[in-house]
Amino acid sequence: MDTLKKIAYERRLDVLEMIWASKSGHIGGSMSCMDILVTLYYEIMDTDKILKNAPDRDRFILSKGHCAEALYAVLADKGFFPKEDLKTFGKFDTALAEHPTKKIPGVEIATGALGHGLSIGVGMALGLKNTSSTIYVLMGDGELAEGSVWEAIMAANKYSLNNLIAIIDRNYLQISGETKDIMPLESLVGKFEYFGWPVLLCDAHNPERIIARIKEGRQGNAGPFALIAESIKGKGSSLMEYKTEWHHQIPNEAQYKQMKEDLRHGYQ
Amino acid sequence: MDINKVSCRKAFTSTLEKIAAQNDTIFMVCTDSRGSVTAEGFADKFPAQFIEVGIAEQNAVGIAAGLATIGKNVFVAGPACFLTARSYEQIKVDVAYNHLSVKIIGVSGGVSYGPLGGTHTALHDIAGMRALPNIQVFVPSDNFTTTLITEYLAKNDCPAYMRTGRGDVPAIYCESDNFEMHKAKKVCEGNDATIIACGEMVYPAKMAAELLKQEGVSVRVLDMFCLKPYDEESIISAAKETKAIVTVEEHSIYGGLGELVCAVTAQNCPVPVKVMGFPDEEYKIGSSAELFEHYGFTPPNIAQEVKKLVKAK
Repeated sequence: MDTLKKIAYERRLDVLEMIWASKSGHIGGSMSCMDILVTLYYEIMDTDKILKNAPDRDRFILSKGHCAEALYAVLADKGFFPKEDLKTFGKFDTALAEHPTKKIPGVEIATGALGHGLSIGVGMALGLKNTSSTIYVLMGDGELAEGSVWEAIMAANKYSLNNLIAIIDRNYLQISGETKDIMPLESLVGKFEYFGWPVLLCDAHNPERIIARIKEGRQGNAGPFALIAESIKGKGSSLMEYKTEWHHQIPNEAQYKQMKEDLRHGYQ
Repeated sequence: MDINKVSCRKAFTSTLEKIAAQNDTIFMVCTDSRGSVTAEGFADKFPAQFIEVGIAEQNAVGIAAGLATIGKNVFVAGPACFLTARSYEQIKVDVAYNHLSVKIIGVSGGVSYGPLGGTHTALHDIAGMRALPNIQVFVPSDNFTTTLITEYLAKNDCPAYMRTGRGDVPAIYCESDNFEMHKAKKVCEGNDATIIACGEMVYPAKMAAELLKQEGVSVRVLDMFCLKPYDEESIISAAKETKAIVTVEEHSIYGGLGELVCAVTAQNCPVPVKVMGFPDEEYKIGSSAELFEHYGFTPPNIAQEVKKLVKAK
């Protein structure tokens, strides 16, 4: 599993380069969700099927669409498009917009207006019920304030969608501050459970635990379940870890160098 | 079924039921709206193709988008007032931006729910939908056009919005009439002026033309049942050939058929245009018929507006 952790640090470096080159992007959330993305794309989902657009492929929805660069780094490394294309991120007429669109190979659906992903996942799961496909929806904790998320949570429970998994990147921060101050979510576990969803918790930066928890959740599950992945926003460099301002701040040259150094040391 | 007196919403569901019986990729999503939509028959006959999400329009449209990614052709149906406003972002992003085969069916549009008050009016919907890239916009005028559009939507994977009224409406067309999708339908020919109408305003427009005929004024009537893409050619021809246009719509004067016709004529063949729509104000309470009367959407009043333009030529 150290390999997955290492890959995640490499992809974080890709993200840093994209943000540094384009002077745009959402660095904090991209760093916090990277181990989850890497675990899904390098271990859990069959990416050959996704590459071939096979009808029985698993589907991934990045509901927290502002962390597109994290997804792009993973997709490029997995061969969905040339790594060279990452350099165009956020630039004029690029396909790699700061929120993903269907123009990008591997992207199932455009996201970025928050609170939409889970409803779309419910629709996919309904359309793929009783098949081998699993739908993974990655949400930020800030977007859980959107009412539509809870509409989707109710519907997924009503239709016993056991092919749907919601993963929450629980980094406790959003653009204006701490989630507890902006809109308290606790008890998040309790909320999901009252809505009929089993909840599993894990360390968002431990691929082994993520894999184990997903396996555990899928064992004989009669409906959807939520994986609350406890993460560190800005994970990988002490400059940005746990800091609100790094939601979408662009590093200056000294910071960029420091972050690069930190991320390199992360897996060495 | 009396073909001459049927509501457009019923024409929609009857048609969709026939299609769904042959095609299991047709889905319907409702928002506790199966009664309003007249979708009980669909729900009973095709339970595996019917999704009920409760009073949750945003979720309804998001789920429809998800189903469409799996190759389903999904009709989300509910009162136009809620469906087009509450889920506007889902329509914009999940459906239109993603080019997904989701059809938003807004029933009881305009002031169909008149006595229920301002919460239930949908006089903004055409403006809102027209402003979104990738989405086609239809406003059928009777059961024939409703059936025609429903069949088109079931065959095509475009994102689309269709607005129907609530009450029974008289048939304007008959089986032998020919239609071309995305083209205005010429209801009657005339040279002195043109009335361009859509939805339930086509019938009073036709009646107005009949009244004017008795007075020796020859009026063309166009049914603009497709507002996007729209038939620019017919508007320009009307402007060139009749040199005066009155538009009539059950919609706000902002962003609907009237402004569309003004934009086309102003940029191609400027002629006097009178826009008849709902004014920018809080509306009175009353039945559709009472509100149409109050706001002047009656055959004699439409005829009067035509005469004013013809006289000023």
